[in-house]
Amino acid sequence: MEAFIRGIGNISPQYTYNNAFFLEEVVPHHSIRMLSREPDYKEYIKPIQLRRMSRVLKMGVTAAGICLRDANVETPDAIITATGLGMMEDSEKFLTSMIDKGERLLNPTSFIQSTHNTVGAYIAVMLKCNKYNFTYVHNFLSFESALTDAFMRLEERPSERILVGGIEGIAEIYFQITGSAGFWKKEPVESLKLLQYDSPGTIAGEGVAFFLLTKRPDPGNYALIRDVRTIYKPGGPKDIQEKIDHFLDKNKLDVRDIDLVLLGLNGDVEHDRIYHWLQENCFQQNSQAYFKHLCGEHYVASSFALWMAAKVLKYQRIPQAILLKDNRTPGKPIRNTLIYNQNKNITHSLMLVSSC
Amino acid sequence: MRGRIFVTGIGIISAIGKNAGETLESLRNSRSGVGPITQLDTIYKAELPVAEVRLSNKELAEMTGVAEYQLTTRTTLLGLIAARETARHAGLDPSEKQFLTGIVSATTIGGMDKTEINFKNFEKGWPYNHFIFTHDCSDSTEKIADYLGIRDYLTTISTACSSSANAVIHGAQLIRHGIVDRVLAGGTDPLSKFTLNGFHALLILDKNPCKPFDRDRMGLNLGEGAAYLVLESERSASGKKVLCELKGYGNANDAYHQTGSSPEGLGPYLSMKEALEMSGLGPKAIDYINAHGTGTDNNDLAEGIAIEKIFAPHIPPVSSTKPLTGHTLGAAGAVEAVISIMALTQGMVFPNLNFRTRIPELSFEPVKELTETKKVRNVMSNSFGFGGNDSTLIFSAC
Repeated sequence: MEAFIRGIGNISPQYTYNNAFFLEEVVPHHSIRMLSREPDYKEYIKPIQLRRMSRVLKMGVTAAGICLRDANVETPDAIITATGLGMMEDSEKFLTSMIDKGERLLNPTSFIQSTHNTVGAYIAVMLKCNKYNFTYVHNFLSFESALTDAFMRLEERPSERILVGGIEGIAEIYFQITGSAGFWKKEPVESLKLLQYDSPGTIAGEGVAFFLLTKRPDPGNYALIRDVRTIYKPGGPKDIQEKIDHFLDKNKLDVRDIDLVLLGLNGDVEHDRIYHWLQENCFQQNSQAYFKHLCGEHYVASSFALWMAAKVLKYQRIPQAILLKDNRTPGKPIRNTLIYNQNKNITHSLMLVSSC
Repeated sequence: MRGRIFVTGIGIISAIGKNAGETLESLRNSRSGVGPITQLDTIYKAELPVAEVRLSNKELAEMTGVAEYQLTTRTTLLGLIAARETARHAGLDPSEKQFLTGIVSATTIGGMDKTEINFKNFEKGWPYNHFIFTHDCSDSTEKIADYLGIRDYLTTISTACSSSANAVIHGAQLIRHGIVDRVLAGGTDPLSKFTLNGFHALLILDKNPCKPFDRDRMGLNLGEGAAYLVLESERSASGKKVLCELKGYGNANDAYHQTGSSPEGLGPYLSMKEALEMSGLGPKAIDYINAHGTGTDNNDLAEGIAIEKIFAPHIPPVSSTKPLTGHTLGAAGAVEAVISIMALTQGMVFPNLNFRTRIPELSFEPVKELTETKKVRNVMSNSFGFGGNDSTLIFSAC
């Protein structure tokens, strides 16, 4: 189960939509939420369509367009999307008008665009792509489910080129409500110091990251995703450690072979305990990095981490802004990266990404 | 093909029965579940008929033993009932160490049934803000997994009205690729004001019982329910009672419009074609098509044209069972998969209620009477959704 990343399209709270750059400039956010740095959509979407589209839909369709251009692919052989909340902005819009207008004289547009598969469907219509089109919506495991699906298809159809993307956008009302329920920090934080606040809650984020996956070796490939695994409600940290070892072992690797571990630390004092334990007991020999200070916390933040791993491997460079611990031997190439993300010890995921 | 996929259990709750036995009785007697709204608090109570599960959340909770019914979505309650029946039917014990067990569940609205009631009160704190946590589509999946003890693989799919057909497809793929040995696959969706108003705003709800494949069809009736199948690999199904085999499946995209089908039904044609190719069966081998057949102008014509393109001149018996169950949205693919499996195991072809006049553009009429026949060997089930998402499943007798 593995696939090369041939193309990338990433819209996030950093300037990631231009594939020529890799965090040369880091955008600091002083807030409890991080909104995307958005490109000029007109290059990808007709103005008449733009007016009717929610922000997340624009980001989704455009990131897919950037990815396909990057890979020099016109129409993919499958479109697989992942989103925890889907089109929340449109859901809120329809729900609000339904309640405020007492169920009368409603405009169906926001209802139509509220279905979770809207981005995947929109891309299909734009590209006239009649192929396989799936959408996974399992909170923090959505993106990993989409990858698993893509890998299975590529095993069966090795010549296919599959477009896989994680999609999440901050919607105003949901953001306020989750804030009142304690999801986010109470006061604005300096995003680049996210791990220094000894308090509950994290910083809300968003983003869309699309990847064009293929089995074909090519000098233009970014990296090789070698495996993905999800874990549901494990025992304690020791159980997680065993599962990580088993995952690496299955791929004929030892934890010492991992040149960089990307961790889903989000600055929530409770949430980060599992990471701290693993940093000290499992990854103490490894170079360690994190990413949520750049993209914020959201259901498909692991797709941002995959973008980061792919860029690190392609450019053989670890930006200073993401490094937590540098244990590299000078001159040794970066071969293997491991992404580990978890939420409240309920859902955990692992992605093993290597250089081509 | 890498190995066969067997169905070893089914379970269902909908307007026509709270378990498989009641559902079969209703199917046999053409007893429709479509009627006036009794559970949902909406201004359309007297105007729009729906196919409701005529049980309150409290009554549903009592059936499952869930103590805090006020804190549980109807999505989860319906899902638990159907999932438990399915697991029992298959003798599924997720604690058996020699097999890995997964769940792939589908829903279109997740916890919207509770969100829409509490939306304006969320900021008041507990208990209102509890429903932030139940809003996600994954909430019902995890509740079902915890209830049954499924831990090895979980995911949730949402592709509008084809969602749970796609859950069955993904479940089968996970088995074929050895990620798990068996999967509980299906979906759950309750009625909600959100969807009722959405479809009403689209002007596609019939104010009378729906009439799929009829010239004078006026739209669909919404329904609610949940249904699941247990899919197993050859190895894990060995020695068990097998209901049928999932022989083929296909998914394609119409790529035409967010809500409307292409005039020639390209997506439906491609999904049926792909499923047939995978099954290795010729069109003549299909003994019954359980159509998507919503009763909307657009769907039935496009689906009919696509069926003709594949099967003419030998069009098998076709019927939509939505006049019985209503359109159960994210559950529809699984509800109709269960009905298709009943057609196979019982040797029956179920009628398409409320049909009177053939669609002039089509050469065929749907099945009008219940037919009992030994010759139901291969059944095709179609599910099409918003975003042009089209899926087809083929079940075969073993």
